[in-house]
Amino acid sequence: MSRQELALALPPGRPARRWRARWMSVPVLCGLAVVAAWLIVGLTVHLWAPYDPVMLAGRRLQPPSAAHWLGTDALGRDVLVRTLYGVRYSLPIAAAVLAVAVAIGCALGAVAGFFGTLVDGIIMRLADITLSFPPMLLAMAIAASLGPGLVNAGLAMVIVWWPIYARLMRAQVLSIRALDHVEAAVAGGAKPGRVLIKHIVPLCWSPILVNATIDVGQVVLLIAGLSFIGLGAKPPTPEWGQMIAEGASSFYHWWIATGPGVAIFSLSLAFSFIGDGIRDLLDPRTMQE
Amino acid sequence: MTPPRLLDIRGLTITLPQRDRRITAVSGVDLEVERGEILGLVGESGSGKSLSMLAVLGLLPRSAKVGGSVRLDGEEILGAPERRLRKLRGKRVGMVFQDPMTALDPVMTVGAQLIETLRIHEPGLSRSLARRRAIDLLGQVAIAAPEQRIDQYPHEFSGGMRQRVVIAMAIANDPELLIADEPTTALDVTIQAQIVELLERLRRERNLGLVLITHDLGLIAGLADKVTILYSGAIVERGPVFDIFANSHHPYTRGLLRAMPGAEAEGERLVAIPGTPPSPASRPEGCPFHPRCRLAVPRCSAEAPAFRWFGQSMAACHLAEEAARMELRETAHGV
Repeated sequence: MSRQELALALPPGRPARRWRARWMSVPVLCGLAVVAAWLIVGLTVHLWAPYDPVMLAGRRLQPPSAAHWLGTDALGRDVLVRTLYGVRYSLPIAAAVLAVAVAIGCALGAVAGFFGTLVDGIIMRLADITLSFPPMLLAMAIAASLGPGLVNAGLAMVIVWWPIYARLMRAQVLSIRALDHVEAAVAGGAKPGRVLIKHIVPLCWSPILVNATIDVGQVVLLIAGLSFIGLGAKPPTPEWGQMIAEGASSFYHWWIATGPGVAIFSLSLAFSFIGDGIRDLLDPRTMQE
Repeated sequence: MTPPRLLDIRGLTITLPQRDRRITAVSGVDLEVERGEILGLVGESGSGKSLSMLAVLGLLPRSAKVGGSVRLDGEEILGAPERRLRKLRGKRVGMVFQDPMTALDPVMTVGAQLIETLRIHEPGLSRSLARRRAIDLLGQVAIAAPEQRIDQYPHEFSGGMRQRVVIAMAIANDPELLIADEPTTALDVTIQAQIVELLERLRRERNLGLVLITHDLGLIAGLADKVTILYSGAIVERGPVFDIFANSHHPYTRGLLRAMPGAEAEGERLVAIPGTPPSPASRPEGCPFHPRCRLAVPRCSAEAPAFRWFGQSMAACHLAEEAARMELRETAHGV
């Protein structure tokens, strides 16, 4: 059968639709599944967990077994249950930190990019100063001066994170501001604030969204880092960084750090993958098949 | 006493900073537009035509220094406070942009943009009334089924339809003056004709003054009442459209006309003007056109020509009489 005959033999009309959109690659689907699983765990773990996360569950320092799938820690608490409870701290804190950092960063960045001159100078130099410190070091310094605790660690993270969004937003605003429809709105008599909020900001979201998604994983990691060095959650909170710190002191009981380690890894990687997927979804070049 | 002109620009001079010095982008431009009149503004890119019109809207960059006078209905615009300028933008002066593909906000429905435009200048206008007026406006610019189309996004419109929406937005608040910056350049020829017809109808119905910025001389010939030709930031020739086209007195205008494709030149090469326009930073001495002018004599590079009247039109050229005798149609090899 020649190619032409083949074409004639096929039914007319559009080719069959793929069951999933192009941006939903296998890693993206995995990422979504992992995050969904963690969300379900976080919401329901207290209903079905066999042990309490902060109470004695069995003998101390037991290796993985049928009763304790990931063994028990130095105080005889179940590592798996504690790991599962850990998502109740990491995920909400990461989300809150990012929500605040994105809100502050975007607001300042938009104002800097739109009004320029002195405001721009002040805001962006402030951002540059913040960015010139290694993020972990700055977060440590701030968290230490505020005193240990998850809320203070979160606050430190916000201070470290907002300049990234300020820069991103400023760059977006600068490029969108030059578009004709913005000039048209100004020529129509719109006030500057209105132009910024109605005609510029709504077009700035895609890189912010992609970046914020990928950053959820980063924030989870950094929060765990702060807890690991004792500046975040305090014992007996089942927080991942804190748990790894406990496990690190007894190196031969490898299972204690493994649970939270795998948890951090899976969540960070999952958000990275989802971020990639969102970027493809929002990129007009990948829309045409 | 005669009422003041709708738009009266006198000696408009605009300088812009460039690195360590200032360059003169527009020098000594005079323009007048009456109600119901169409002024064609012709010039190459960078000749200062768009910049002059931005001055009318008070939209020049902050770094620009402006001299001269721009009066709208007798009221001085240059140096007016931002609050006053904002009241005038869109309300008394409407602006139609060149590229309808980008002049509309892609994430707002056409209706939302029209309603916003209406409510900027009439804050008390209710949503439902603004909506009805928006539908009415879409009808006026000959968009079919405006009740349905008002809730669509710009990407659902074709180029010509979008330009109609842009025009609807420009006339939404009943301006007296409409500035159209190359309104047909981005459109294909059949659509161009429709847009021209629309502009002409709006001028008639609303007694609009219209400034038409273009480098399409055919458009000027068909639509404008009078024409002003800019070269390198200054006027070289101005007058009623008929005089300029039939009997122009400036070699640059002649060159533009000869470079225009026309039926009678079929089979012949179009005659280009040699060279490129000077950058505002390095304008030649004397007449700015002399390095490209076929008639140039030593006097042209020494002395800037003054305006002289020729019937109803005026031209700035030492050799206007010779220019008027220049052949309009020559073959390129005959030059």
